[in-house]
Amino acid sequence: MLTRRTFIEGAMAASAVPLVGLRSARASEPIAVGAIYDLSGPLQGFGDNQWRCAKLAIDQINEAGGLLGSQLEVKLYDAQSEMQFYNQFANQLALRDRVAVVQGGLTSSSREVIRPILHRLHTLYVYNTNYEGGVCDRNFFATGATPGIYVDLLLQAAADRWGKRVYVLAADYNYGQISAQWIRKAAQGLGGEVVGEEFFPLDVNQFGATISRIQAVEPDVVLNVFVGPAHEAFYGQWASAGMNQRIPMMSTTFGGTSEIVRMPPEVVNGIMVIGSYYESLDNAFNQAWLPDFRRRYGTDYGYLTDVPIKDWYGWTLWAEAVRQAGTVEREAVIEALETGIGVDGPGGPVSIDPTTHHCFMDTHLAEARDGEFRILQRYQGVAPTNPAAQCDLQARPDTNTMFTPDI
Amino acid sequence: MNWIRERANLLAAVAVGSALIVVIPAVAEIYVLFQLTLFLVFAILALSLAWVWGFGGILCFGQSVFFGLGGYTYAIAVINLGESTVPLVLGILLPAGLAGILGYFLFWQRISDVYLAVITLAVSLIFYYLTGASAGSDYRIGTALLGGYNGIPSVPPINVPGFPERVVVYGDLYVLTAIMLAAVYGGLRGLLATDFGRVVVAIRENEERAQLLGYDVRITKLAVFAIGGAVAGLSGVLFAAWGSYVSPNVFSMTFTAQIIVWVLVGGLGTLSGAVIGCVLVQAAMTWLGETKVADTNLVLGAAFVVLVLFARRGLIPGTRSLLAGLRSRVRSAL
Amino acid sequence: MDHALVVGLHLLHAMASLALVCIGLAVIFGMLRVINFAHGEFLMVGGYAFVLAAGAGLNLWVAMLVVAPAVVGALGFLVERFIIRHLRGDIIATILATWGLSLFLIGLAATVLGYHQQGVAPPFGTIQIGSYSIGNYTFFVIAVAVLTIVALFAWLRWSRAGLLVRGAMQNPELAAALGADTRRLRSSTFVLGSALSGLAGAVLAPLAGVLPEIGATYVVKAFITVISGGATALTGTTLAAALFGFTSQAAAFLSRPVVGEVALLIVAIVLLRLLPTGITGRYFRKAL
Repeated sequence: MLTRRTFIEGAMAASAVPLVGLRSARASEPIAVGAIYDLSGPLQGFGDNQWRCAKLAIDQINEAGGLLGSQLEVKLYDAQSEMQFYNQFANQLALRDRVAVVQGGLTSSSREVIRPILHRLHTLYVYNTNYEGGVCDRNFFATGATPGIYVDLLLQAAADRWGKRVYVLAADYNYGQISAQWIRKAAQGLGGEVVGEEFFPLDVNQFGATISRIQAVEPDVVLNVFVGPAHEAFYGQWASAGMNQRIPMMSTTFGGTSEIVRMPPEVVNGIMVIGSYYESLDNAFNQAWLPDFRRRYGTDYGYLTDVPIKDWYGWTLWAEAVRQAGTVEREAVIEALETGIGVDGPGGPVSIDPTTHHCFMDTHLAEARDGEFRILQRYQGVAPTNPAAQCDLQARPDTNTMFTPDI
Repeated sequence: MNWIRERANLLAAVAVGSALIVVIPAVAEIYVLFQLTLFLVFAILALSLAWVWGFGGILCFGQSVFFGLGGYTYAIAVINLGESTVPLVLGILLPAGLAGILGYFLFWQRISDVYLAVITLAVSLIFYYLTGASAGSDYRIGTALLGGYNGIPSVPPINVPGFPERVVVYGDLYVLTAIMLAAVYGGLRGLLATDFGRVVVAIRENEERAQLLGYDVRITKLAVFAIGGAVAGLSGVLFAAWGSYVSPNVFSMTFTAQIIVWVLVGGLGTLSGAVIGCVLVQAAMTWLGETKVADTNLVLGAAFVVLVLFARRGLIPGTRSLLAGLRSRVRSAL
Repeated sequence: MDHALVVGLHLLHAMASLALVCIGLAVIFGMLRVINFAHGEFLMVGGYAFVLAAGAGLNLWVAMLVVAPAVVGALGFLVERFIIRHLRGDIIATILATWGLSLFLIGLAATVLGYHQQGVAPPFGTIQIGSYSIGNYTFFVIAVAVLTIVALFAWLRWSRAGLLVRGAMQNPELAAALGADTRRLRSSTFVLGSALSGLAGAVLAPLAGVLPEIGATYVVKAFITVISGGATALTGTTLAAALFGFTSQAAAFLSRPVVGEVALLIVAIVLLRLLPTGITGRYFRKAL
């Protein structure tokens, strides 16, 4: 049945597809936008709050009269923590729902599943999670932070307080592996040393061997890049061995799924973290924003940190770009975003870096203390890492790749 | 009477097959075809387990190994070669070969039942951990980065043999997959009608008796297992081509359990049941993901329990016995 | 010397916690030939029952050692009464039913309890061994595992109920003919296995945390361990748990954690290749 004719027709149908992205909204007709989050399955702990933050942004836009006189109509899909659904739903959003933008995704694998699809089908994609960095694609914008910045700041803070001999515990995962490379580089830069480095498959939850190795090495500080529910077992075992009183602990991932309210304070007190947002931030924007969030969703949502909050920024930034462009048409919106557009938000001002399509943002050093994060320090307008200027979408707009940083 | 019924079954299969291959692509929209393609890819995988378990009597909890190996083989080979014909063949042969080796390991030692289930599951999980631990630029085969848990993205699509620029995507991939599904279904049906097929079923029914009658149980089981591996590998190839990616998740416990569920929902010991069970479960999951009426796990879990309570043997056998019951009731009423 | 002692304790702890995770499944599989794929979720429910009861102000030990087993035991009673019993030992139907139950319980926990239930810190202090420190809770886990196994053996060996259970297991028709109520025996065995899973879930909760999906980290290892143990489930599971727990932890000590995970699986495969019906398929047949 695969005759030449049907094949060519198929190919024509496929090449006709991009045209759908060119549709622009007429006033009063709602603007369709797409969202894919993990609202069930193992990643639900992340997805629920991501969607709450995204919906807050969308509702706020609609309550303020919508965009260009039209309401936003969000097509929401639950990817159930399964990659195949990201694939199905990304195609559906681009081909059937013909949305102006797609936002969402959590894991790097989910992003790398939908990013090529949306690139091919000319549908703008905004990804709002901290990730290992390196994506360089004109059709793609990232509001999340990459580990290069975070580990630099953390190790500097550790050197100021405790010392420069660091022991690294990381998920045996791309994010963990690349973070570990950054940590080695940052430690070197500070004249310090990585005295131990261990990687854990995502479902390992026995850390006895690791803890006794750390006790033998006696590092100045332990830095962890754990991912997922199994690794959470570490904190209880660490505290049970009394180590939380002996060796300081830092993390670039702790807090993303409300660990701070789920784990007893005597277990997690003192863990030092870094991120763009914590509920305890006392800036004026957050003073209004957080009560608004709680008014809509109640208080039974856990604790917000920078992973879910980026979804609010993602949608708000996109809306700002649409207002500036005067249309939801993809090319015009990309150009508007590339003017270095910025918005204020609960974690401070965030703006787009036109070169990498990543963001400048305020970053905060914080410490877990009695079910809350206590802010220790603020770093203003931290720039996204772009080692050796690998990515330059202004000079080379046709780039469509994911660089592995040459660290 | 039997003769007519067999003809009717054949006619029904041909009708469903041609509807799948000819009618649906003509009327359905492109995103529907895209989604259906995945259902059919999975249906091929479900057939492979329905064959190995339902007819070969081999309780395999690691059918995902052959699926995943097919997907990874295709992805790695096509990234290196740029043309999909050889990778496609490799993606079928390698899993078949692994099934052969594994089968030798299992059947010559007379490992069966739950013990076989544990070994096949363990093999799948070993693949899961090893592919998962392959993050970083050190782990590459040729130009293909293995990518750890992120998997291999941007896998090139299947192309018309000899013409790398003529790719088979969307509607065309649907047609190709539907043909493959029909071919696998027809092939397995045909195989069951041969002497070999009768020996396979005889062994499932009573292994000792078959052996006493002089059949080589080991080699027969090995052949069944290898064929199952090849079919699962084909499904894996199509999956990687469909989604342009493959990741260690294909080796996970969740995925391998899903295959078992498809087969059981449809009914063990039937081929059509595997296809129907698979499409129904996948369609239900997709629908729940779109509409979010309730937590997917909650709904699916409850549905499986209810199904088992009312049709212990699965949908197809359950419907059959329901129909038979109705028929006899009608007859007695007359 | 200190190091050897610490390594030894960690190995012991790994074996004990694996045995604890498996024991409920072993009882149910050994006595009823039912593979309970919802086993991981039974542990999860045990963990939640403990954490919620302790959070409500109940005494920690009552919550852990009484409430959690009781809640999961009650759950087991309902599951046996309304699902397992109707499947009449059909192993294939029970696979689908318990898998469905597993999904249902995960979905229920995610919907009702959500993702922000506060856990419980490991009680007790620590003990210093040279430059190493080990949580006293580690000893508690080892003790609970050993006591549970010893109590089970003693009960099966010497009590009248244990005798009935063994009899019904070996030959249900004969046991029924001799007047034993096999239906009630099957039900109470399922409840016992469930309660033991609840206990394990609660005891491990301070070290592993509680989340709706936590069961997935247990169920695969438990399944592999119990089956590798062979037909004589209790002895077999204890031996297999010791072997696998030792192997994976030793490999993790010598190399990296992923090697530990893979080593466990390889040992299981080789073991079943050498002993195709599990450890107790060939040896220890007279054991319990």
